[in-house]
Amino acid sequence: MATAAEQWVLVEMVQALYEAPAYHLILEGILILWIIRLLFSKTYKLQERSDLTVKEKEELIEEWQPEPLVPPISKDHPALNYNVVSGPPSHNIVVNGKKCVNFASFNFLGLLDNPRVKAAALASLKKYGVGTCGPRGFYGTFDVHLDLEDRLAKFMKTEEAIIYSYGFATIASAIPAYSKRGDIVFVDRAACFAIQKGLQASRSDIKLFQHNDMADLERLLKEQEMEDQKNPRKARVTRRFIVVEGLYMNTGTICPLPELVKLKYKYKARIFLEESLSFGVLGEHGRGVTEHFGISIDDIDLISANMENSLASIGGFCCGRSFVIDHQRLSGQGYCFSASLPPLLAAAAIEALNIMEENPGIFLVLKEKCARIHKALQGISGLKVVGESLSPAFHLQLTDSTGSRDKDVKLLQEIVNHCMDRSIALTQARYLEKEEKCLPPPRRRTGESRAHDQGGGPGCAALGRVLGPGGRLPRGTRTGLWSLPCDLGEACVYLQGGHRAAWVWTAPNHEEDAGYF
Amino acid sequence: MVSSIRWFHRACYGIHNSFLLSSTLFSIFFLIHHVTQNGGLYKRPFNEAFEETPMLVAVLTYVGYGVLTLFGYLRDFLRHWRIEKCHHATERKEQQDFVSLYQDFENFYTRNLYMRIRDNWNRPICSVPGARVDIMERQSHDYNWSFKYTGNIIKGVINMGSYNYLGFARNTGSCQEAAAKVLEEYGVGVCSTRQEIGNLDKHEELEKLVASFLGVEAAMAYGMGFGCLILSDELNHASLVLGARLSGATIRIFKHNSEFDVEFTSEKVSVCVFFIHFASMEGSIVRLPEVIALKKKYKAYLYLDEAHSIGALGPTGRGVVDYFGLDPEDVDVMMGTFTKSFGASGGYIGGKKELIDYLRTHSHSAVYATSLSPPVVEQIVTSMKCIMGQDGTTLGKECIQQLAENTRYFRRRLKEMGFIIYGNEDSPVVPLMLYMPAKIGAFGREMLKRNIGVVVVGFPATPIIESRARFCLSAAHTKEILDTALKEIDEVGDLLQLKYSRHRLVPLLDRPFDETTYEETED
Repeated sequence: MATAAEQWVLVEMVQALYEAPAYHLILEGILILWIIRLLFSKTYKLQERSDLTVKEKEELIEEWQPEPLVPPISKDHPALNYNVVSGPPSHNIVVNGKKCVNFASFNFLGLLDNPRVKAAALASLKKYGVGTCGPRGFYGTFDVHLDLEDRLAKFMKTEEAIIYSYGFATIASAIPAYSKRGDIVFVDRAACFAIQKGLQASRSDIKLFQHNDMADLERLLKEQEMEDQKNPRKARVTRRFIVVEGLYMNTGTICPLPELVKLKYKYKARIFLEESLSFGVLGEHGRGVTEHFGISIDDIDLISANMENSLASIGGFCCGRSFVIDHQRLSGQGYCFSASLPPLLAAAAIEALNIMEENPGIFLVLKEKCARIHKALQGISGLKVVGESLSPAFHLQLTDSTGSRDKDVKLLQEIVNHCMDRSIALTQARYLEKEEKCLPPPRRRTGESRAHDQGGGPGCAALGRVLGPGGRLPRGTRTGLWSLPCDLGEACVYLQGGHRAAWVWTAPNHEEDAGYF
Repeated sequence: MVSSIRWFHRACYGIHNSFLLSSTLFSIFFLIHHVTQNGGLYKRPFNEAFEETPMLVAVLTYVGYGVLTLFGYLRDFLRHWRIEKCHHATERKEQQDFVSLYQDFENFYTRNLYMRIRDNWNRPICSVPGARVDIMERQSHDYNWSFKYTGNIIKGVINMGSYNYLGFARNTGSCQEAAAKVLEEYGVGVCSTRQEIGNLDKHEELEKLVASFLGVEAAMAYGMGFGCLILSDELNHASLVLGARLSGATIRIFKHNSEFDVEFTSEKVSVCVFFIHFASMEGSIVRLPEVIALKKKYKAYLYLDEAHSIGALGPTGRGVVDYFGLDPEDVDVMMGTFTKSFGASGGYIGGKKELIDYLRTHSHSAVYATSLSPPVVEQIVTSMKCIMGQDGTTLGKECIQQLAENTRYFRRRLKEMGFIIYGNEDSPVVPLMLYMPAKIGAFGREMLKRNIGVVVVGFPATPIIESRARFCLSAAHTKEILDTALKEIDEVGDLLQLKYSRHRLVPLLDRPFDETTYEETED
C-alpha cells in the first residue's frame, strides 16, 4: 500500500510539472541555479571585500582620528570627588577632616571595631600573612576557609556553604552557574545591581515582576505555564528560577517569602534569595528572612549574602543543599578564578559569627532601634521614609521631586552637607544611572522646584531635629542619604522604584540613642 | 583541572559576547603561539618556544580520552541501573518533578574524568603560602567523592603552586607588622562603597602609590583582582558609550605574527581596542613592542592585562612594559592584580587621568562594592614600597633579581632534562607538558608523595591534549629548594615517561641548541 501511494505521489508530481505555468518553472530554475552558485562560489572573505589599495588604506589610516577612550567627565560630577575618611570607618568617623557620627555605613551590628574580631584577625594575620596567592583550586584553600564554610552552613542550618572573596561577585557568579541561555528567570523589579549583573551574565530570559507583587509574579508564571503547554518538549529542559532579595537594598522592603514558596511549588520554579541586607539582621538569631517568616531553609534553593554588612568583613557566601551548592565549586566563576579570601578576613567573619551566636539579644535590640528610628523619622517635612520599620537601612525620599534628577541630587547633597556640618555623616545613595535597568522615565514635573526653592531647609532642619539637636547626636544610629537612580539610561535591564531616598540605620551595641527618640 | 585560566579566557569571551554583541567594540585578542625572529624593536633577546606535540603522544592522548569516555558511559550505565553505587548528592524528594537543575552531559566530564583525580586540586593548606607550605592530609574512601581529614599535617611541602612571585606571602617582616598595625587601628571591614563613605585615606594613599609605581597619571584600586567579570566590563562599557557602530562586536583572534590586516575604513570603526591578555597557562610574554608599533600605526587603544606579570617581570618589577623598556604612556589601560606578586588581594587599573576619572564615577565596583580592607591595602603599600626601594632597603631589588635568576635556572634545567617546557625563558610561570590525562593525576600525586606541591591542569583549562603541570617560581625559593624539586621532577619524569622533547639541550650549554626551537639574535 505504502509503495503504491508513494508511486502515485511521484506520478502526481511529474504531472504537476507538466501543468505548471512557464513563469513558475523559470522562477524555480533560477532558484536552483542560484543555489548551485551559492554552493560552489568561493567562501566569503573579509579581505576580498576591500578594493582599497595599500596606499589608499594608509591614507585612510592617516586621516582617521579615533574617538577618545572615555567621554570627558565634567569637573563637578557629583561622584568625582570622593569623601575621604581618615582613620577607621567605625562609629565616630572623620570625613574630609570633620569629626562626625557615622550614619552611613552598613555596620549594623557594630562588629567593625569589635576587639574580639580584631584579635581573631590579628592572630590569623600572624599565622598566615595577608594574601593567599592563589585561587581555591591551586593551594589557595586554607583551613580557615573550610572552617568558615562549615560554620556558615551550621549557622544557617543547612548542608553546605561556599565562600567567595568578594561580596559583589557572589550572587553575580551564582546565578550564571545555574541559569543558562534559554532558562527563565523571574525577578523582582527592585533587584539590586549585583543580581542584575548576574542575570546579564547568565544570558537567560528575564521576566520582571512588579516589586513584591505576587499577583504579578503569578500572572507571569501562568503565562509561562501556558507557553510550556504549547511546547512541552522545550519546557522539559527549561529551568525556571525566581530571584528575590530578602530585604531589598534599593527599597528597604521585605520579600513576601511564604507566598513565594507557595508559588515555587505550584509552578515548579526554584528560588534564589539574596540576603546581603537581611543576613545578621532579620530573625531571632539573625538567620535572615527565612527565620523571620519561619520558613524551612530547605524550601529555598539557594541563599546568597555578603559578609560585608553585618559581619563587617569582606567577601560573600552562598548556602543551601550540597546538591545545589557543590556545583559552584567548578562553575562559580568568582569562586574558581579569583584568588581566595585573605585568611584574616575569614577569621574575622568566624569571630563575628561567634559573637552573633553567643548574643542573640543583639538582633532584638537592633529591631527595637530600627522601629524607634523609623517612627522618629516620620513627619519630617519634605522627606519621607520608605521601607519596613524592621529594615536597618531606611530610605528617605523627597516628598516632592524637583522634577529634575540633577536638581534632586543637588538638593539631597545639600541636606547631606548640612548634616555633615552638624557632625552627622550621611551619604547619598549612589547609582550608575545609565546602567541600572529599566528605570522609570523622569517623573512629571509636578511641584517643580518647590522643594528646591525651599533650599532643602525644612527637610534638613527636620532631619537635624530628629537626629538630634545641635551637637547632641544620638550615638550609634547610622544614617545614609540615598537617591534612587532616575534617569533612563540607554542600557537595559531592571527597575527602580521611587525617586529620591535616604536611609538610616542603627547599631544595637550603643546605649544612648533611646533618649533621643 | 576545571578551574583555571583558560576558562577565564573563555569567560572573557563569554562576557565579551554577552555584554558586547550589541555593542560595537572592535577588539582583538592575541594568542601567542610561535617563535619568530626578533626585529629591531627588541632591546634584548626574546626567546619563546612552544615545541610541537609529538604525533605519537597526541594520538595516545586522544586514545586515553577515548578510553576514559567509554568507561564513563559504562559506569553511567551501571549507575543508572543501580549496579554501581551513586555517591553524588541528589535532588530533594519534593523537587523531583522540577526541571533538572543540571544538564546530564554537563556533569559527565566532572563525574567520570575529574572525579578520578580530584585529589590533585583544592588541597587545603594550613600555613603561609611561602616557599614551603603545610598541607592537611586527606583521604577518600569513596573514590574522591568526599574527603576525610586525617588530622595529620604534611609539613614543609615545597610550594611550586602559589603565585608568590616575589615572596611577599609572609607572616613576619615589615609588611606583616605594618598590616597588623593598620588592622588594630582600622579593623578589617569597611562596610561601605568608595562613592559613599568607604573611601579611606588608605585607599587614596594606595592609588597615588600605584600610579607612581606604574608611571601613569592616575590609578584606581579595586577589591577584586580577577578582572574580567567586573573590570573589563566597565571599560567595555566605556568603549561602548563611544562605540563604533559595527553590527556586532568583532573579536578576532590573531595567531601571533600573522599579518594584521585590519579592515580599516573610517566609517566602520571608530574605536579600535587591542585587548591583550596573558595566558598564564602558557608562560609566554606578549610581544609588546610589536603591538605598540601596530597600535601607533592604527591609532588603536591598548588594554594591557598584567595579572601575572606585574611585579614578576622587568628589572624593576613594573611588569611587561618595564621588561621591554617601553614607555608606560603608550599603554592606554593598564590592569593588574595585587593577589600575586604583592601577596594581598584586589586589583588596579592605571592610565590617563581622564580614564581614571571616568572609572571613579562610572565603575560598578566604586558604586556598588565594598572597598578594599585596610590591612590588605597596607600590605600592598608596604610591599610596593619595598619593590620601589622606598623603604630604604634593597630587599625589593634583590627579590626581583632572585626571581629572575630562579626562573632562568629552573627553566634551563628542566629543558636539559628533556621535558617540553612552554613559554618565555623569563616567565616565572613554567608549564611542563604532560599531555595524557592519566599522567595529570599521576604527576600530581607522585610529586606530593615526594613532598612537592604542584599545580596540574587539563581540559578545559588547556586545549584537550595539552594537559600540563605548572610551576610558579618565587623569589622565596632558594637554590637548595629548587635543586630538591628538580631532582624529584627528574625522577618522576622518568617514572612517568614525561621527557618528550626531541630538542634536548646539552647541559650548561650557553647557546641554544636547536635553531628551530630557539632563536636568538646574534647582536
